[in-house]
Amino acid sequence: MLGKLNWSAIPLDQPIPLVAGAVVLVAILGVLGWVVVKGHLPYLWREWITSVDHKRIGVMYILLASVMLLRGGSDAIMMRIQQAVAYQSQGYLPPEHYNQIFSAHGTIMIFFVAMPFVIGLMNLIVPLQLGVRDVAFPTLNSVGFWLTATGALLVNISLVVGEFARTGWLAFPPLSELSYSPGVGVDYYAWSLQISGVGTLVAGINLVTTVLKLRTKGMNYLRMPMFCWTTLASNLLIVAAFPILTATLAMLLLDRYLGFHFFTNEAGGNVMMFMNLIWAWGHPEVYILVLPAFGIFSEVVSTFSGKALFGYRSMVLATMAICVVSFMVWLHHFFTMGAGPNVNAIFGIASMIIAIPTGVKIYNWLFTMYGGRIRFATPMLWSVGFMVTFIIGGLTGVLLAVPPADFILHNSMFLVAHFHNVIIGGVLFGVFAGFEYWFPKAFGFRLDERWGKAAFWFTFIGFFITFMPLYIVGLLGMTRRMQHYDVAAWRPWMIVAAVGVAVLTIGVICQIVQLVVSIRNREALRDRTGDPWDGRSLEWATSSPPPVFNFAFNPDVRGEDAYWDMKARAKQQSLAHETPDYQDIEMPRNSPTGFVCAFFATIMGFALIWHIWWMVILGGLGAWATFVVFAWRDHDEYVIPAEEVARIDRSNIQERRNLVSMAGAV
Amino acid sequence: MAMTATAGHAHADPHHIGLVIEHPGPAPKRIVTAYGFWIFLLSDIVMFSCFFAAYAVLSGQTAGGPKGAEIFEQRNVAIETVCLLLSSFTCGMASIAADVRNRFWFYLSMTVTCVLGLIFLVLEFREFADLIARGYGPSRSAFLTAFFSLVGCHGLHVSAGVLWLLTMMAQVFAKGFRADILRRMTCFALFWHALDIVWVAVFSVVYLLGSAP
Repeated sequence: MLGKLNWSAIPLDQPIPLVAGAVVLVAILGVLGWVVVKGHLPYLWREWITSVDHKRIGVMYILLASVMLLRGGSDAIMMRIQQAVAYQSQGYLPPEHYNQIFSAHGTIMIFFVAMPFVIGLMNLIVPLQLGVRDVAFPTLNSVGFWLTATGALLVNISLVVGEFARTGWLAFPPLSELSYSPGVGVDYYAWSLQISGVGTLVAGINLVTTVLKLRTKGMNYLRMPMFCWTTLASNLLIVAAFPILTATLAMLLLDRYLGFHFFTNEAGGNVMMFMNLIWAWGHPEVYILVLPAFGIFSEVVSTFSGKALFGYRSMVLATMAICVVSFMVWLHHFFTMGAGPNVNAIFGIASMIIAIPTGVKIYNWLFTMYGGRIRFATPMLWSVGFMVTFIIGGLTGVLLAVPPADFILHNSMFLVAHFHNVIIGGVLFGVFAGFEYWFPKAFGFRLDERWGKAAFWFTFIGFFITFMPLYIVGLLGMTRRMQHYDVAAWRPWMIVAAVGVAVLTIGVICQIVQLVVSIRNREALRDRTGDPWDGRSLEWATSSPPPVFNFAFNPDVRGEDAYWDMKARAKQQSLAHETPDYQDIEMPRNSPTGFVCAFFATIMGFALIWHIWWMVILGGLGAWATFVVFAWRDHDEYVIPAEEVARIDRSNIQERRNLVSMAGAV
Repeated sequence: MAMTATAGHAHADPHHIGLVIEHPGPAPKRIVTAYGFWIFLLSDIVMFSCFFAAYAVLSGQTAGGPKGAEIFEQRNVAIETVCLLLSSFTCGMASIAADVRNRFWFYLSMTVTCVLGLIFLVLEFREFADLIARGYGPSRSAFLTAFFSLVGCHGLHVSAGVLWLLTMMAQVFAKGFRADILRRMTCFALFWHALDIVWVAVFSVVYLLGSAP
């Protein structure tokens, strides 16, 4: 009746996951209870859960990412403590648990922190920057978000029901095959990624179509803000790379469920085919993450330097070059496979070539700052911190791209230090910069600067204390994923790294405090004009938070830095005061399709993991029926009457006029 | 002061390259929907290409089991191919019928498309069942694993297509040729034709090349 599921799936003998799971459960029940008791449930359902507004969906993506960041961060703390204490001893984590922790840490940080954070920011900002009212497919957007949430939920369920994979974050066979991993861990891993992968693909298709087909009048390609360009590049990569992940995991699942022989040792299966396929997705994936971060830095550096982005066209070219070349380097993840010197040389050179467009970008940001009147607000701090950190990570990357060097450093702690150097220094600093920068746009008030700066400095310094020692132990010969070790020379560095994690944790706490303090002082931090940073692109041309329709009129773009241009013209012409001719606006109706669909996907995923076949069929039928019901509806749009548009728009216009006339008087 | 300087820069043609064509604004819904669906199809083709790659890698790994030439029945494959190609034609007829809002021809063409798709699926199912009965199932060898997965993946797509086709007919029956239904019909037609293209590749790579002794 319940397949492989029985009471032994609950790890009653393991206190750590049980306590952690209990804490999470209590937290979730607490929040749910508070929501129900306070009567917020109808509001949440109406305005958020069923919302198809790209801004709301973006915020929910970021919320999901933030919560999962705490989960993945806890895993990191546990790992660093384990390696600090497990010198000539077993440490406090049993091996099978330690293996689950590093697997979950990687999986969560990439798929359920970095991806949703980046996709959330793109969702929130790109339609605003393009000057349009929504993304191309609003309901699918909601489906995509909820499927991502389903994946995250399944990973967290594995904490208390069953186990997670012990195979590392990419589940290499033959270890991940049924003969070596008979438990449900790999199945949790694979099905949660399959389901959230569908969500990511939907988001990718949606954003590519939005950027290519929905731009306001006059928004030519070479007038788009850099963030839109990097969004385009990143989502093109999603569309091209995520199907590879889907296919690869499908093959692994077929091996595990139906006895196929794609990657087995027997009957002619080919293990290295898995490495090739997974990295043909995996390498573009890191650019999927970092390109939008590059876009955020471009926006932030240009805004806080008070200058147009230096070398805009070379930046576009560099972005697209990275987009293309990122598909030609995957083999550098396994130079040690033995493909021969020529193959290794070609992939080594291709990997080094990526450093060129990236270098172009670094110089462009530096020259944008050169001669500018720089304001060191929190987003700018993250950007400058990024440049320093990312260059180090990039250089160690070029080092690893040299095949002979890689033979020595392959799978060492040096590698671990390298990719944390680029992913934390690049992606995480980027999304934090974007979070600080666009928070006022999303919520209508700024974040507290003092706590923000404290968060930056603790994170920045904590990062170096944590990861520089890992480079050193890597050079001293320490391999990754060690549950315990006997080499005395590594010990001091592991303790330093553990101290670093403590500093990083203070940084995270500062960020939480910043949020709390800012919410409490929101009236003082209120952004009335919609343009708190003296911004340059169109998201600042509407109020904060923007009305559901974003813009009362589709803006007419005449050049790069569209909003800066508008402000300049408004000041020169001392503002024409004619009343605009407001029109009715049609907006897509909210829909529970995404939520209901994800509900059935969760049931189906869980049933597949535990081999509960009747429940699989039930979940599949439910998801299909949901789509048919959605396809059957007659009214998918509602009309906001012109008077309502005028009422919403007028107050913001007045604030904006005051601002411009004040600046004009000065 | 800085503002006026950049305002000059911001004019339409900062580098004096010549003609700048102003972007007219957001595309109409029909274009956006079909375009988005094209992007989806491209991603689907990337997924198929992984299974093709796996087939190319594993096709020689028979592990003492049968080779392609020993198990492929050309007559069966020929009928399958004819069915699918004809169904693409009738699907095109259905699209035209939807464009001119002719219900009779729409239902007729869709029904024929559906029947042809079902014949294809039955033939494929029989081929699979027969192989499994002879002990040549997907767990026999890596070659058979790759064969069943690639061909089966296409078969699953056709099954989903048939389900979509029936839903489409029901929608036209219930709602008529409304704008949103027609947009969906465009997507369905794109999907069905794309499956045909994939089948041409399956036919060539798997059955044609594989039949060589």
